[in-house]
Amino acid sequence: MTSYPDWWKLIFGRFTLEAIPYHEPILIATFAAVALGGLALVALVTRYKLWGYLWHEWFTSVDHKKIGIMYMILGVIMLLRGFADALMMRGQQAIAFAGNEGYLPPHHYDQIFTAHGVIMIFFVAMPFVTGLMNYVVPLQIGARDVAFPFLNNFSFWMTVSGAVLVMMSLFVGEFAKVGWLAYPPLSGAAYSPGVGMDYYLWALQIAGVGTTLSGVNLIATIVKMRAPGMEMMRMPVFTWTSLCTNVLIVATFPILAATLALLTLDRYVGTNFFTNDLGGNPMMYVNLIWIWGHPEVYILILPIFGVYSEVASTFCGKRLFGYASMVYATVVITILSYLVWLHHFFTMGSGASVNSFFGITTMIISIPTGAKIFNWLFTMYRGRIRFELPMMWLLAFMLTFVIGGMTGVMLAVPPADFVLHNSLFLIAHFHNVIIGGVVFGVFAGIAYWFPKAFGFKLDRFWGLLSFWFWVIGFYVAFMPLYVLGLMGVTRRLSRFEDPSLQIWFVIAAMGAVLIALGILCFIIQIGVSIIRREQLRDTTGDPWDGRTLEWSTSSPPPAYNFAFTPIVHDLDAWADMKKRGYRRPLGGFKPIHMPRNTGAGVIIAALATVGGFALIWYIWWLAALSFVAVIATVIIHSFNYDRDFHIPAEAVLREEDSRSQLLGRA
Amino acid sequence: MSGPQSHAEPHGAHDAHGDDHAPHGSLRGYVTGFLLSVVLTAIPFWLVMNDVLGNATLTAIVIMGFAAVQIVVHMVYFLHMNGRSEGGWNMMGLIFTIVIVVIVLSGSLWVMYHLNTNMMPDMHRM
Amino acid sequence: MAKAKAQAQVPGVPAFYVTEDEHAHSGGSTMLGFWLYLMSDCLVFAVLFATYGVLGRNYAAGPSGADLFDLKLVAVNTAMLLFSSITYGFAMLAMDKGRQAVMQGWLVVTGLFGLAFLGIELYEFAHLIHEGATPMRSAFLSSFFTLVGTHGLHVTFGLIWLTVLMVQVSKRGLIEANRRRLLCLSMFWHFLDVVWIGVFTFVYLMGVLK
Repeated sequence: MTSYPDWWKLIFGRFTLEAIPYHEPILIATFAAVALGGLALVALVTRYKLWGYLWHEWFTSVDHKKIGIMYMILGVIMLLRGFADALMMRGQQAIAFAGNEGYLPPHHYDQIFTAHGVIMIFFVAMPFVTGLMNYVVPLQIGARDVAFPFLNNFSFWMTVSGAVLVMMSLFVGEFAKVGWLAYPPLSGAAYSPGVGMDYYLWALQIAGVGTTLSGVNLIATIVKMRAPGMEMMRMPVFTWTSLCTNVLIVATFPILAATLALLTLDRYVGTNFFTNDLGGNPMMYVNLIWIWGHPEVYILILPIFGVYSEVASTFCGKRLFGYASMVYATVVITILSYLVWLHHFFTMGSGASVNSFFGITTMIISIPTGAKIFNWLFTMYRGRIRFELPMMWLLAFMLTFVIGGMTGVMLAVPPADFVLHNSLFLIAHFHNVIIGGVVFGVFAGIAYWFPKAFGFKLDRFWGLLSFWFWVIGFYVAFMPLYVLGLMGVTRRLSRFEDPSLQIWFVIAAMGAVLIALGILCFIIQIGVSIIRREQLRDTTGDPWDGRTLEWSTSSPPPAYNFAFTPIVHDLDAWADMKKRGYRRPLGGFKPIHMPRNTGAGVIIAALATVGGFALIWYIWWLAALSFVAVIATVIIHSFNYDRDFHIPAEAVLREEDSRSQLLGRA
Repeated sequence: MSGPQSHAEPHGAHDAHGDDHAPHGSLRGYVTGFLLSVVLTAIPFWLVMNDVLGNATLTAIVIMGFAAVQIVVHMVYFLHMNGRSEGGWNMMGLIFTIVIVVIVLSGSLWVMYHLNTNMMPDMHRM
Repeated sequence: MAKAKAQAQVPGVPAFYVTEDEHAHSGGSTMLGFWLYLMSDCLVFAVLFATYGVLGRNYAAGPSGADLFDLKLVAVNTAMLLFSSITYGFAMLAMDKGRQAVMQGWLVVTGLFGLAFLGIELYEFAHLIHEGATPMRSAFLSSFFTLVGTHGLHVTFGLIWLTVLMVQVSKRGLIEANRRRLLCLSMFWHFLDVVWIGVFTFVYLMGVLK
């Protein structure tokens, strides 16, 4: 390694030219592809002069609908990256047997499984869930935006900032090689001296700020901005689950932030929280991270339960069975999710009393979840079921999730967990609930609300193809892992000795290929739907005969969502309005008060990205500079009092008239 | 209705006024809270600095009791917590947070104590 | 609007939308939102307290709280924060009466008490580090410095915010947006006082108990 002079370290910190991975052909090829793709995109945007449009209409937008859509796009992009990691791992494990080292060296393989976990949870599942909540909740409660529109924009860009740092680690330096939760002492300065861990820490820290603030925002929105008449027990179930989810976010992400900050201090300052020296205790990290980590899985699944509930009642054409029990089950899960965290480390050596307490609470938490499954079943019972795409995903979910739930209860038994801990059985379990629960639900949600967001339905043929590839692919990919786990194969291995295991890994790899086809079909589905948008057009605003308020406005909704704030008289407000002869107001519109777009969110998040990068590479002057710049931008932004405007009544009238014409045509 | 602004402004101001008034407290409230917290701060310091009770465990329990009371005093007199502000949502948030804080604190201590006693018996004596 | 009214008058069909616009003013959710943020901040401190609770007696053959803490200094510090709390309260009372100059005066006093608090804390830290009791010395000192330091950082941000708000009030007066901000800072400031009760009890007083 060449040595760099002092001035270089002063300016560039520990960044050196060796940090660019020229010697990794896979990375270079990826980089070339990303660079070419990126250049092509930039060229296209420039060619069609879309920069101004993107900046004014999207990046700086404070409209919850646009921010929701941007979250979904972020989720899809990061899904591609995270899934590429999955394919690489499956490929490696399928061939690396009996002396064959495979194509991924261990240091690369370790980065891949870490990146896969981090990306899938923080930058795929979280943006998808947040995106759905952002888009749907204000519409469902009859509001015109969220409580803090600017904060919403800022939160989104902070999430993007975290994602950018993770992506950057691919081409500048390396990513962490420690597993997605980065247990010390492995993740401490002594065993992970490189920049990979620091990419991990700062990416999650920055994205976490966004997530927490977005949680505060949505709680305030749901609590304060519901349409008149919408009492708590008249809120749509998706809004209820979103409320509980955001309560969980606000009450857990600070725990993650503090825990990661302590690890950061250990790495940067040399404190002794999680070291093995001088009184530190690495297990405290494990304890703290799971106090965040367990509620986190409910943060992912609760809103998705809400999606399924909406889908079930809409496509069965009747009110959700057991609305009140659904709400109570959700609230109970919210609180119980804080009492089970230790089941992630039964093997760490707590006494019998601790292990049995957490084993029992874990089993208890499956009860409200089971109650929900029965509610969906009874909603279907004697319903007029329409097998549209969202309904298909719901059915696949119910079958798959029950299997995952049951293997979860198996893992909740401490003696069984001693055998299965960190085995592929665990991997199969949590993919079973996350893919079978969250991912299927996200696709259900996308198919369900896409016509609301864009004004045309998604193509059914490609949707079905995607559906079957995903569902079959899931089973082919993960059932073998249950078997392997029971045979004692542990997770995160890049090569194996026993050739009799290979066949299972080969099957799993085929499953991954099927899922890849599912993702491909999903993307084709989007493309085909855009091309066929005229045939798929929804002029009514209510393509599924929906039951909640989002279906009462046009597709896509106007910027102000509702020309007049709706009044709610019953649960399933829109079904009630349709039943009782609601007529759309055609005149008498008033100017509507709306928040103004602002670029402050983009700027602060960009500065945070620069600051994060500087901290990762020990470029202290740049870190200090961007920190000061962030503070300064916040202060300058706070001097701007002129944050809203009125949409004139004539504009509202024009908008509503054009909808009347559409409705007339239908 | 003479235009939206003129309508919105007094409405908003009125609303804020209604919201503001109750939670602000009064001179009397602030002074009461201040005096109470001075007393509630002084006693624990006195107990510890002069070793009044002569028993560390007892002193710890007593001063934690004082801390709990003082926190309530601050909540009531300085933060103006009551069951009505923001339609009870402030209180709800506070109660939920306290539950979680208690779980985090007591849970961590319990779990880590067990780990230590089972795995590193002499950790505490270091 | 005529139509809306007409519809409401059809017998058996209730009104399905509001013709009076009642979401006209922004900021109605700010106080709740800020309170929720404070609750999330509570959990940051909960983690730091839990860490101190678990690691706070791991001295690693280094100095303990009983060796290091100067309770008289802590008492003075606590007094600074308490005074700043009541003076912020007086500022809020002045704001209620619309007395801008009086309010600004109390805010200045509050800021000075806050600065004094920070000064004493920094002096204490410098003193400890000078004696070799650095954050790197033991898990006890790591968790001590981090817990107390995080509180101090919050006070620092509170002071920056206070300064900015004073400028904004002097430029714009006690308009509704500024009042709202002052109320948020009030909650922030008193919240830090509540956290400090935990710090002086749990860290300092219990730290010197044998």
